Amino acid sequence: MIPAWIRSDGRKGIRNVIAVAYLVECAHHVARRIVDKIDDADVHLIGFPGCYPNSYADKVMKAIATHPNVGGLVIVSLGCESFNREALAATVAASGRPVETLVIQQAGGTAATIAAGLEAVARVKAAADAGSRGTMAVSELVVGTICGGSDGTSGITANPAVGRTFDRLVADGATCIFEETGELVGCEGVMADRAITPELGAELRASVEKAERYYTVLGFGSFAPGNAEGGLTTQEEKSMGAYSKSGSSPISGIVKPGDVPPSPGLYMLDVVPDGEPRFGFPNISDNAEIVELIACGAHLTLFTTGRGSVVGSAISPVIKICANPETARRLAGDMDVDAGRVLEGKATLEQVGEEIYRRTLDVAAGTRTVSEALGHREFILTYKSFDPMGPACQPRRQAA
Amino acid sequence: MSAILLHPQDNILVVTAPLATGGLVVIDGEPVALGAAVPVGHKIARQPLAVGDKVVKYGAPIGSMTAPAARGDHVHLHNMKSDYIASHTRDTLERSNHA
Repeated sequence: MIPAWIRSDGRKGIRNVIAVAYLVECAHHVARRIVDKIDDADVHLIGFPGCYPNSYADKVMKAIATHPNVGGLVIVSLGCESFNREALAATVAASGRPVETLVIQQAGGTAATIAAGLEAVARVKAAADAGSRGTMAVSELVVGTICGGSDGTSGITANPAVGRTFDRLVADGATCIFEETGELVGCEGVMADRAITPELGAELRASVEKAERYYTVLGFGSFAPGNAEGGLTTQEEKSMGAYSKSGSSPISGIVKPGDVPPSPGLYMLDVVPDGEPRFGFPNISDNAEIVELIACGAHLTLFTTGRGSVVGSAISPVIKICANPETARRLAGDMDVDAGRVLEGKATLEQVGEEIYRRTLDVAAGTRTVSEALGHREFILTYKSFDPMGPACQPRRQAA
Repeated sequence: MSAILLHPQDNILVVTAPLATGGLVVIDGEPVALGAAVPVGHKIARQPLAVGDKVVKYGAPIGSMTAPAARGDHVHLHNMKSDYIASHTRDTLERSNHA
């Protein structure tokens, strides 16, 4: 069993993070100063930069503020922005967590708010640390996966190894989430065949077609120059490699950012907004995708990289799995698992998949990942818009 | 092995250790001398490829040839393209500004 923090809604966390959230860029500096001065590995800065209201950002912020890994929240508001700080505080309070709100325009400005913030975080942390502890089973874990800085080795080593790990976790009764429909372009047919119902298969196909339209309008695919330098030539080639992270389990449903999967199994996170393209690229960087996985309840994220991403995340730990043996040597201090050994004949995909599985359980039990220990807490949340999910996206209800 | 076949239907191999210009790589049992260096993770042609041919990797099409390639030639942005959406590189904006 895994040691866990027991939340009042019955969900269980593997960390007890205090989040300090700025609700507009104008409050970012004050919030960052509070977090920097406290310098505690479990006090994380999160935030939203915009002054205009957005239901997606509101939903994701509330989902993250009540994530099982979060023990309490300190809100830093300028005062005149659109973000509904009262509703956010009420949601967090209703979840049984300590929450305090600082409004810079009412608190007397920068210095006074930073001073008040230091005291607020100390109170919230003390209350959170007194929270209820217990244990959780592997079947209660929610695990996300993402690839970043992919190259021609990603789809041969790290991604299929994570697929093995996902198959093992799903067999254990855990919940696994893969994502980025823009990186599934070309795989829609094989993916739809894995859906547990034909209706879900049609929805999976439609979500990838939506992504292809969206990226075509914006003029760039989900493809970075480093992908090409690493030997990937086309979007569909990158997709085939990325898709293998999902393993071979049946696909139980689709979620959108902020939706927590209703029952265990394998889920696809549809990250591409609905409707006409409005706010720009679906996810402006890998970090935005990690934030969305966390908003869907991910306790931790398996991040595969070939070129060598160094990022981590606020709220939920990131386990870095390096696909390329040359990168694994060059960036050894940033990687948790070296999957490049597969390419050199030093390990099989099954062995690396098993190593990632064991590392997942260790990290769930409290061991810090490399990016956590290095202090990586990247977080980015921007504007998007989504329609609610259709009924075909949900797993079939068990007959009573 | 310095280049591997991922699927029996593939018409490319993936390079698993850096290959130097003039270096020999074994393709389907026969040694082939490389015309140019190829880095790890990149693709080389398993057989002669003509313009319009589908490039097959993991047993699935990953794009089409835009220029011919001989056996052992590097297959990349210079001789193939996506059938879905164009790839971009760091100089994409400069190239479009000068167009």
